[in-house]
Amino acid sequence: MSANKIKENPNLKHICMNNEVSRREFIRTGSVSLAGMAILPSFLSFGCNRLTEQSGLNEYLEHFGVSKEMLQKVMAEALSRGGDYCDLYFEHTLSNNVGLMDNEVNRAGSNIAYGVGVRVLKGDQTGYAFSEEVSLEAMLKVAKTAASIANESKDFPSINLSEKVNPDYYKFKTAWEDVSIKQKIPYLQKLNDKIFALDEKVDKVQVYLNDESSYVLFANSEGIMSCDYRPMFSLYASVVMIDGDKKEDFGSSRSMRVGFEYLTENLLDEVAKEAVDGAKRQFLAGKPKAGEMPVVLAAGSSGILLHEAIGHAFEADFNRKETSIFSDKMGKKIGKDFVTIVDDGTNPNIRGSVNIDDEGIDTQKTNLVTDGVLTSYIHDRISAKHYGVDPTGNGRRESFRYAPLPRMRNTYMENGPHTQEEIIASVKEGVFVDSFTNGEVKIGAGDFTFYVKSGYLIENGKLTQPIKDINLIGNGPESLAEIEMVANDFKMDCSTWTCGKSGQGVPVSLGLPTIKVSKLTVGGVNA
Amino acid sequence: MKDNKKMELAHWASKYAKENGANEVSVSVYDSKQSDVEIREQKIDKIQESIESGLSIKLYVNGRYSTHSTNRLNKPELERFIKEAILATNYLAEDKYRSLPDRDLCYNGEERDLKLSDSTYDAVDPREKIEAAMKVEAETIGMDDRIITVSGSYGDGSSRGYMVMSNGVEGFNESTSFYVSASASINGGDSRPSAGHYMATRFWDKLNPEGVGKYAVERALQKIGAKKIKSGKMDMLIENRSVGRVFSSLLQPLYGYNLQQKRSFMEGKIGQKVASDALTIIDNPFVESGRNSRLFDRDGLAAKEMTVIENGILKTYYIGNYYGKKLEMQPTSGSPSNLIFEKGSKDLNGLTREMKEGILVTGFNGGNSNPATGDFSVGVEGFYVKNGEVIHPIAGMNITGNHKEIWNQLAAVGNDPLTDRSWQTPSMLFEGIDFSGL
Repeated sequence: MSANKIKENPNLKHICMNNEVSRREFIRTGSVSLAGMAILPSFLSFGCNRLTEQSGLNEYLEHFGVSKEMLQKVMAEALSRGGDYCDLYFEHTLSNNVGLMDNEVNRAGSNIAYGVGVRVLKGDQTGYAFSEEVSLEAMLKVAKTAASIANESKDFPSINLSEKVNPDYYKFKTAWEDVSIKQKIPYLQKLNDKIFALDEKVDKVQVYLNDESSYVLFANSEGIMSCDYRPMFSLYASVVMIDGDKKEDFGSSRSMRVGFEYLTENLLDEVAKEAVDGAKRQFLAGKPKAGEMPVVLAAGSSGILLHEAIGHAFEADFNRKETSIFSDKMGKKIGKDFVTIVDDGTNPNIRGSVNIDDEGIDTQKTNLVTDGVLTSYIHDRISAKHYGVDPTGNGRRESFRYAPLPRMRNTYMENGPHTQEEIIASVKEGVFVDSFTNGEVKIGAGDFTFYVKSGYLIENGKLTQPIKDINLIGNGPESLAEIEMVANDFKMDCSTWTCGKSGQGVPVSLGLPTIKVSKLTVGGVNA
Repeated sequence: MKDNKKMELAHWASKYAKENGANEVSVSVYDSKQSDVEIREQKIDKIQESIESGLSIKLYVNGRYSTHSTNRLNKPELERFIKEAILATNYLAEDKYRSLPDRDLCYNGEERDLKLSDSTYDAVDPREKIEAAMKVEAETIGMDDRIITVSGSYGDGSSRGYMVMSNGVEGFNESTSFYVSASASINGGDSRPSAGHYMATRFWDKLNPEGVGKYAVERALQKIGAKKIKSGKMDMLIENRSVGRVFSSLLQPLYGYNLQQKRSFMEGKIGQKVASDALTIIDNPFVESGRNSRLFDRDGLAAKEMTVIENGILKTYYIGNYYGKKLEMQPTSGSPSNLIFEKGSKDLNGLTREMKEGILVTGFNGGNSNPATGDFSVGVEGFYVKNGEVIHPIAGMNITGNHKEIWNQLAAVGNDPLTDRSWQTPSMLFEGIDFSGL
């Protein structure tokens, strides 16, 4: 979306695609902005029957105050105009945040989002409406609105609903709702103190801890009913260091679908060290020479390359509309034999994992590129039907306020035959990059970018001068073909990546072994 | 029109919070409606409608502060929500800078019609909305064989906000907007360039879909054959509609948050030259039907017109209530309203003719900027210009530099401000920019 600007946000890393004029975002500029996501003691729940991660379908139905019969009535209304398919997505999400600034844990907030979305499909066409009130009357009203995508009168046989039980990819011990703000505060304070203790040049530190508990009840006209509890934890620390008249900043974050037990002294040490080491290195950093050169991407967060260069352009809504540069490349050889790229929703506790997607389809590990050959797009129901293939479990939405779209989960590359040492040694003049903040892609032209917060020059096979704040730009199909070496040191990144598309943000993750791309255009200076 | 029940709810929440332990409170209640329709091949691709409402509350409790929001508006739930929020706030550290702004800096309730809201919003026939989106696409049919697809969209929104602060400040605002947009995708051989365009208004009867689809297609067609050129220092002319992307990085370090957190390269720069003489910017919250017009801001501070930069000299920061207290500065406002740029004498074509060698930038791709140091690097697309003539489209290039320097390289601004945006940017011509390409 051309107006979908990538924002500097202290808590989130934004990655997005760019192919259309922003709509919802545009409309919002006229509206009153809410105070940001907030945070609360925890024991904030409502109704007398608190849902827990152990709750079953009946408890979810009770929590939302609905019965099977009500769902059947709403679906009958949704399909009354001749739609092929409908689904109902109930969501109740509690978010909490607590923050430290200027040495004290002095800010907190919370947010409650509650509602139901009704979607009707007619071929490739979508009708969508949502209600924040979950009563039969309110649901019938939105169902009627969504139904209007179709325009014939048709009797739909009564839908026989039965429960679908999901796998569990986010096991944890202590749910965030059972953790009070009092228990969280000492961790923020400790992280702050650890950061200050690491270097005397530390001048400012901010720490934020966000947690979210989302309860989703889903039902569709294929007769599926399911429920899912989705936890999310994010910790972010940023540091500003001052040395004489020079100032540098750096941040470090972790975000996963885990419980309170994940927050440990070790984790605080890791985050503190990453932030301080990162900022220290920036003082020594310069800018590389401008132009095309070989780029070595370090294992881990460099997976942003896949997200931007390939991931978005593989999303099948673009391919079905033939607007993606990969639209005519299915089954074709697009990379070397050792290039295998997957989009996976099943990685235990990883930020982009989902037990079930947001249109009732099992999540899976999807091979996008297998041994260099394009083997699958990223599908939602609409595109899978269009292509006559099984859906891949990639239909995701930001919340009940949005219809699902084909979206990535955890996108990464499998290990290859080389080693990191070999790869670095093979470059005479180039750059090595290992920390990123954001990226973007034009899916039709295939031009993608990602912003490098820090890295090094490579001179005669060795890492030399640190570099900082440069944008890298390449072209999807070209860069994929130019992945010349892949190491055996795969690492999943666990930062706060949020992917934006058509005004919707969803949590994702990414990963990579160390790889070499023979050329990308590196932002830099001219002699 | 004001919904008195929502205003009452805001008053009730403020009173309830005070009765239950908050020393000061600021409550905002909002409600909004939206509808969107997207057309492809003269068929509805997607239609969506929504109605939303919610409440957010800022709590000042025994010198401590927190903010909360919810879309569950029934009173028994809100009572529990507010009580728990107050309880939680007590665990935080004290922050002596947290209090409502001085009453005399706040909005005084004076009404003034900024012409932001169309009273006919609810009366617009849904068929006419679909028709508007249809028109956007229809005018592109048969335009060019290379069109892959064009989607035409229509959208509207109506929102109302009610603010009640425990110091007696009370405000109401409402606005509507209507837009049509087009997104065109073109078969350009190896590449499938796309481009978009939109037209937005605050009033239904001012919305005109004509030309929006055609312009999107023309812009996409112009991108065919885009290539990278050699790296080098060249002139850069940024088209008005894209200037905001780079300009936002000049604005970031002016925010109180960044200044107080030592994340600003603009610290201590008031009264100093931060850009060339060509840059003069006024922040005017009172523009009629303006995209970001307002009588008060999020903190309840009364809106006022102010000069941000005058002939390159920095005149003000954006300081909200909290960071104002922390920085011991008088608050201005925490965020910009409408930014009005002093115009130059030439349009985009005129400025292009002034270029010896450089790139006319018509779009950006990714990139970022560090407000602490001014370092930036951003992907660009546009056209290569030689001796005042557009030669060919370019893509896949970056610009890299530092904001402390490039604004002094601003040679001229255009006479073509975008009057339907909140930042009414004209085109801008910079000299000696570092481009990375081949």
